Order: sequence, then structure tokens, then C-alpha cells
Amino acid sequence: MTTALLILIALVTLCSAATAMLLRNLIHSVLLLIGSWIGVSVFYLFAGAEFVAFAQVLVYVGAVSMVVLFAVLLTRRSRADMAVSPDTQSRAVSAVLAAGAVLAVLLYAVLLTPLPSGISQGPSANVRQIGTELMGTHAAALLVIGMILTVATLGGVVIASTDGASKKEGPK
Amino acid sequence: MIHHPLELCLVFSSLLFCIGLAGALSRSNSILVLLGIELMLNAANLNFVAFWRYGPSPAPATGIVFVAFSVAVAAAEAAVGLALVISIYRRQRSIRLQEAVRLKG
Repeated sequence: MTTALLILIALVTLCSAATAMLLRNLIHSVLLLIGSWIGVSVFYLFAGAEFVAFAQVLVYVGAVSMVVLFAVLLTRRSRADMAVSPDTQSRAVSAVLAAGAVLAVLLYAVLLTPLPSGISQGPSANVRQIGTELMGTHAAALLVIGMILTVATLGGVVIASTDGASKKEGPK
Repeated sequence: MIHHPLELCLVFSSLLFCIGLAGALSRSNSILVLLGIELMLNAANLNFVAFWRYGPSPAPATGIVFVAFSVAVAAAEAAVGLALVISIYRRQRSIRLQEAVRLKG
């Protein structure tokens, strides 16, 4: 039962991710990727990691998808310019070959590694435990993450908003 | 063949990683390349949760905390990456990677 559920989650996630990577229309790709991110968060719920599942929904489905959609809409030339120009055949073939080679190595390693046979009951982490760990053991890492997020946000705003050189010379 | 849920999770995340890798390598639109990288990051997070849940010696909440940090870094990466895409589009009027050959001006 749980295995079937896991396979179903994996199939939905993988199919929407693969279709998103194949499509020509950028908006459709982003919407399908949102579906795949939701699938990953459903997997987190399935594995008993509710905190991470809600973080995934908030960060990816809520924030990153909006940022990506804004970037898509800000970087098109005309109303009809939604389709991505096709890439060369050899590029696609070599990319699929490289990804297939990586997949073969990964699957070889995963399937041939002996795993402990008994299925453990699984740890349970409630939000109180996670908060204690975050504020106790990992307090320094939490501060560093806060710094990274602040610097990255400020840097993103500065990079996207400054128009210095191109304003004087006009768009190239 | 696959009898352990951890194995199934690892196969799932390997497939997700390779879909992201193929997407990032094959497309020349920089937004799609960034999305492929996001997929690969998601696959890595999936592994963290899988090992936390089904791994041999589960720690109380370490896996969860690590995924939370990883998601935060991924969000920062997406914000900076898309700001760079917008900046490149402003200067070159294109977000194809082949045409973004200069970083300055």
C-alpha cells in the first residue's frame, strides 16, 4: 500500500518534470514544474516530514514560482514571444546521453548497495523539536543562513534594478 | 527487485536529478536551465528526507534541519539567478545562453 502510494507520487512528479523540460512554451513549463514541486512536497508529507513539506510549498510553490513567472514575463519581447526557439538536435542528444550515463551510474550504485533489511519505525520530529535543534545545536548555521538570504536578496535587487551603462548608451 | 522503501526513494530522486540534468544541459534558454538546476536541488533534498526517514540510524531532526537550510539556500540562488537573467536581458535583449558571452556591458 505504502509502496504503491510512493510509486504514484514518484510517477506524477517525474512525469510533470519531464514534460516541463520537453515543452516549448515557457509558461507551460513553469506551471508543470510547480506541479512537480507539489509532488515533492507530497512526498515529504508521505515521509512524515511535515515541516519540510510546508516549507517546500511556501518557498517553491509560493515564492520561487512567482519569481520565475515574473522573470519569464519580464524577458519577452512581444506578446507572442512565449515559445522558446528550438535547440539543435545534437545538443539535445548529447544532453540526454550525459544524463543517461549519470543515471546509469546512480542506479548501479543504488541497486547494488546492500541496505539494512529491517524497516525502521522512522524518527518523528515535531515542530518543537525542530525549533530546539535550530535554536540550539544549529544556531550558528541559522544565523549564517539569515545572512546569506539578506545578502542574496539585496544583491538580487541591486543586480536587477541598476541600469547604469545601458541607460547612457541605450539598449544594445 | 526493489524491496526497500529507501531504495525506491533513491531511484525516484536519481530519476528526478537526471531529468533536471538533461533539461539544464539541453536547453539554451537560461530560465529553463535555472529550473533544471532547481529540479536537481530538489532531488538532493529528497535524498536528505529519504535517509532521515528510512536510514539505518535515524537522528531526531537533523535531516529536517538540513533540508530547511538547503531550501533556504536554493531560494537565495533562484532569486540571484533570475536577477542575473533580467540584467542580461536588459543589456543583450536575449536570454539565450549562447548570446550571453560578455559579463560586462
